[in-house]
Amino acid sequence: MAEIKLIEIKEEILSDNKKEADELRGKLKDRKTFLLNLMSSPGAGKTTIILKTIEHLRKRLRIGVLEADIDSVVDAQKVAGAGIPAVQIRTGGFCHLDASMVSRGLDAFDLSSLDLIIIENVGNLVCPAEFDTGAVRNAMILSVPEGDDKPLKYPLMFSVCDVLLVNKVDYLGMSDFDMQALYDRVRTLNPKIAIMKTSGRTGQGVDTWADWLEVEVKRFID
Amino acid sequence: MHELPVMQSILTIILKHAAMHRVKKVHAIGLSVGTLSDLEEEWMQKYFDHLSAGTVAQGAKLKIQWVPAVLSCDECGNRFELDKTKLDGITCPACGQRKFSLVSGREYHIRDMEAE
Repeated sequence: MAEIKLIEIKEEILSDNKKEADELRGKLKDRKTFLLNLMSSPGAGKTTIILKTIEHLRKRLRIGVLEADIDSVVDAQKVAGAGIPAVQIRTGGFCHLDASMVSRGLDAFDLSSLDLIIIENVGNLVCPAEFDTGAVRNAMILSVPEGDDKPLKYPLMFSVCDVLLVNKVDYLGMSDFDMQALYDRVRTLNPKIAIMKTSGRTGQGVDTWADWLEVEVKRFID
Repeated sequence: MHELPVMQSILTIILKHAAMHRVKKVHAIGLSVGTLSDLEEEWMQKYFDHLSAGTVAQGAKLKIQWVPAVLSCDECGNRFELDKTKLDGITCPACGQRKFSLVSGREYHIRDMEAE
C-alpha cells in the first residue's frame, strides 16, 4: 500500500471570490462608482427602502440598481418604473450573489455615468453573509415583524454589515419587539455597526439613512 | 444552503494541490470552519462527494475543526468564547466592560490533506 502523506495547504476556501471582490472594488474606485450591498430576509422592505432612498438622493447622485432574484423580475420593474437604470440578475436558484455574478451584472451599466449602484441581494439572512460581492459597504434591513431575536439566529449576517436599518418601526406599537435588546445583541457581535430606525411606509428615518449613504459615497468617489 | 459553491471552491483548491504534489488519491481533507458559519457537516460531505466523483479526491473524508466564536475585550484584552445563542447583557468576565471585537468564528480555511 502506498504511503499516505500529510500535505499542508493553508488556503482560504473563498480566496478566489475574495480576490475577485477586491479587484472589483479597485475597478469601482477607478470609475468613481460606489457599490452598496443591501441584504435582508424576504419581505423586510428592501425594494421599498431602495425606492425611498432613490427619492432622497436622485438629485444629488446618479443611481443604478442591480436586482438579484431567484426567478423573477418584479423588483427590477418597480425600480425601472421610477426612471432609474435597473439590471436584473436571475440567480437561477442560487441563494446569494458572489463577486463574479455582480461583476457580470455591472457590465450592463455604464459605470462612468453612475455614482452609486445599489445591489438588492437575494432575500436571505444566511448565504449572502458569506460571500464578498465586491461592494464598498454592506447594509442590512431587519424589519420589526421579524423579531428582535434575529442576531441570535443569524449572527454572521449582523457581524459583516456596516449599517443596520431597523425597518417598519411604524409596527412597533403592535409588537413586543425589544429595541434595546436588539441593539445590545447586534453591538455584541459588531460594535462598529451603525444602526438606524426607518419606516419605508411612512418615510421615517429614511433621510438619516440617505444622508449616511451620501457621505459614504462622496468619501469613496471624491 | 450555500454548501455547493463552498464545496466547489474546496475541491478546486484540493485538485490544484493534488496536481502539484502528483498524488493518486486524497483520503482526507482538514478544514477549519468558524462556528458563526451556517454550514452543515453532513451536507458539506454529501455535496463534496457529489462534486468530487471521478476525481482523485473521490471518497475523501472531510475532517472539520470547528473554530469557536471568540470575543476580545476592547478595555482589558481578555478573550472569551461567545455563545451565539446568548447575546444579552454580555460583559467581559475579567473587567465587566461591554465593548468587544470578534477575533474568531468566521474562519473558512483548508489546513491540509492526507493523500498518497
